[in-house]
Amino acid sequence: MKDWRYLLAEQRGTLLALGIFIVMFIIYTTNHPAGFTANVVQTAANKGVLLAFVAMAQTLVVITAGIDLSVGMILLLTNCLASWLVVGTPLETTLGVIAVLAAGLVCGAINGAIVIYGRLQPIVATIATGAVYYGIGLLLRPFPGGSVNEDLADALTGKLFDVIPTSLVALLVVVLVVWVPFSRSEFGRAAYAAGSSETAAYMSGVPIRRGKFIAYALAGVLASVGGLFLTFFTYTGEAAYASGNSYTLFSIAAVVLGGVSLFGGKGSAIGAIFGALAFRTIGDLLFVFDFDPLWQPLFQGVILLIAVSLGAFALFRVRNRLEWFL
Amino acid sequence: MDGAVPLFRMEGISKRYGGVRALEKADLEVTAGSIHAILGENGAGKSTLIKTMAGVVAPDEGRMTLDGREVSFASPAAANQAGIVCIFQELSLIPELSVADNIVISDPPKRFGMIDRGAQRRIAEEALARAGASDIHPRALVKDLPLSRRQMVEIAKALARKPRILILDEATSALTAADVAKVFEVLKRLRSEGLALLYISHRMNEIAELADHCTVFRNGRNVASYKAGTKSDNEVVELMIGREYSHIFPPKPAAAPAATPVLEARNLSWADRLDNISLSVRAGEVVGLGGLDGQGQRELLLAFFGVLRGLRGEVLIDGKQASISSPKAASDDGIGMALIPEDRKTEGLMLPMTVRENLSFAALDRLAKGGIIDRAAEQRLIDDMVGLLAIKTAGLDIPVGALSGGNQQKVVIAKWLMRQPRIILLNDPTRGIDVGTKQEIYQLMRKLADQGAAILFYSTDYDELIGCCDRVLVLYDGSVKRELVGADITEHALIASALNIHGEGADMKQGAGA
Repeated sequence: MKDWRYLLAEQRGTLLALGIFIVMFIIYTTNHPAGFTANVVQTAANKGVLLAFVAMAQTLVVITAGIDLSVGMILLLTNCLASWLVVGTPLETTLGVIAVLAAGLVCGAINGAIVIYGRLQPIVATIATGAVYYGIGLLLRPFPGGSVNEDLADALTGKLFDVIPTSLVALLVVVLVVWVPFSRSEFGRAAYAAGSSETAAYMSGVPIRRGKFIAYALAGVLASVGGLFLTFFTYTGEAAYASGNSYTLFSIAAVVLGGVSLFGGKGSAIGAIFGALAFRTIGDLLFVFDFDPLWQPLFQGVILLIAVSLGAFALFRVRNRLEWFL
Repeated sequence: MDGAVPLFRMEGISKRYGGVRALEKADLEVTAGSIHAILGENGAGKSTLIKTMAGVVAPDEGRMTLDGREVSFASPAAANQAGIVCIFQELSLIPELSVADNIVISDPPKRFGMIDRGAQRRIAEEALARAGASDIHPRALVKDLPLSRRQMVEIAKALARKPRILILDEATSALTAADVAKVFEVLKRLRSEGLALLYISHRMNEIAELADHCTVFRNGRNVASYKAGTKSDNEVVELMIGREYSHIFPPKPAAAPAATPVLEARNLSWADRLDNISLSVRAGEVVGLGGLDGQGQRELLLAFFGVLRGLRGEVLIDGKQASISSPKAASDDGIGMALIPEDRKTEGLMLPMTVRENLSFAALDRLAKGGIIDRAAEQRLIDDMVGLLAIKTAGLDIPVGALSGGNQQKVVIAKWLMRQPRIILLNDPTRGIDVGTKQEIYQLMRKLADQGAAILFYSTDYDELIGCCDRVLVLYDGSVKRELVGADITEHALIASALNIHGEGADMKQGAGA
């Protein structure tokens, strides 16, 4: 086999997610009353990037064969925090942003420490920490409110040169600054190795613990980037329990759509980003087709089911039944 | 070599697991520029010895010195750092990563803090070439490679770490004869480069060819050390098992029974792996499958067992056409087939579950009345099997993963015997298990055949095929190239037909059938 075929096989999940997203987005824009305009793209991008950040966060943890059920709550907590801190002079705002990201880092690091050093199951550990993070968020903002530096907020949710949505640029920057170095570092590889086969990784002398810890900690940071952007979009902080939970669950759906294996060791955050964008487009599709809102959750579920099944089509080609279980 | 200063020395090493003594005051000396073979039955302490050297387990007492300085390793990474690299019998490759990723896994080349993929590729290609496996693409995912290729990657990975002491634990057990030859050349070259090699194998001919020095372990102690070639095979085996060593293979019955075939295949084809295979196995017969590894033997067994989809051709049971759609159907009473899989850890056993549960799985439908398992009947059957196969276990309710390799394999076999199968398919059942257990398995196979079972037996070990089989079918590229019967089953004939070389005037019998 040639090199490019291996490359293609490596990126299959990501490409499939990209394909699903493009098809859905074309259907969406062609049926949108305004058509494919900068404004439509900007609105879609602003909605999509929030889930994209959370899905990236989820990817990092899922790669290690774990799961983070607290990502949505970290998003809420950092949203509430940002609505207090990201205000005032440029200097104060900058310090506020740093503080919010640091809070996300701490949340992620706590998750990582409990899972890795406390040896608790990720699913239980992050349900518990998620409740704690939500509780802190609620104490910070018992009622929706607060404010944010509006200049910064408008700059990051507007358009660059009147065409490109700034939020997409921000997403790209985060990918370049967080995901690319991580995935190409020794620790990123350790995270993949631990997710694929922890015993083999240990026997090979891979720094499993550090790799996993960094994955959890960076997941916290990415979720807090999502929290910041939520604040930029809404100008307020709100500890909305249901919204936090749905971000968590949607992030898992987006990750699977993006070709990341829940068994660990496989997939990329780029795929998860397209998964998240595709997932958001599903919701928008129902809007342009003027569906009764009452039917929306049901249809959203059905479309999601179909999209996730696409990835499973490969199973029909399997001729050795043992490969079903790999 | 006697005057040489030992590079590495272990003195009085002991290790206990719970109440079991795995090592008791064991000593070992390793010299640079030599190949040192370690022999012993499974459970003799070889694995623990190696794990101690490689930093996987910490000894309870004793000391280790490297270059005369005392050392202790907290982790495999620490041992690697000191130059001790081990190729474990249980493969240590990461399935979802590529070959190149795996080769550099413990110390990837870096640039600006990130992994340098270009350098990684070069290191991987060089290591693969050094291991004589440049046919493997560095970008291929390990999970897509067959077992024999994975083992070559494992060797390449060890070489990429530039070891001073290289330990090979059953590292050739899944390799084809051609690969073994390549690996041996590599090992001899490494010896001349001044490395110390520790070699563990159950194959006596490999040790005879390679080793300079041998140490025999029994019951956690080193019982003898000698220069290679100073003891006969029989003496060595007696040292290993600590008792008189009778002939390893059971006698074969004089003539093949002339019954109708229990299992028959006609023109069986599947994808591009099986090509027009016809064969038949009669009751009371042990039919071997030979050839190089990966020529379709495994697929053939899976095809009979109902695992493959899109199979063309016919399978006949008792002369009647049968369509077997799943392992469940294959093991049903009408057919009565059992498959002892190659990889006991994934396909044969559920490692965290108990010995009792594992033994009962295949026979649950027979033991249950109205969906409820009859505990008393289960116990009776399990007692029979544990007795029949002499499974050594501290109890039926311990996880099967805690047993030694040979005993795990016995559990896999016992699990299927609980159904009293009429057709038994064995996929390389003696890979990586000790001489004593092998002998028991050979005798069991013959006993089952004498009781009327039809046995189809794939093995990568030519000695086994010669010693155990009434007939051997040699596969090449998915089809049966040659059938050897009785006295024609010789090592020479097996190797020649495995390589698809037309033997000098040998009586060629294309295909099979009786």
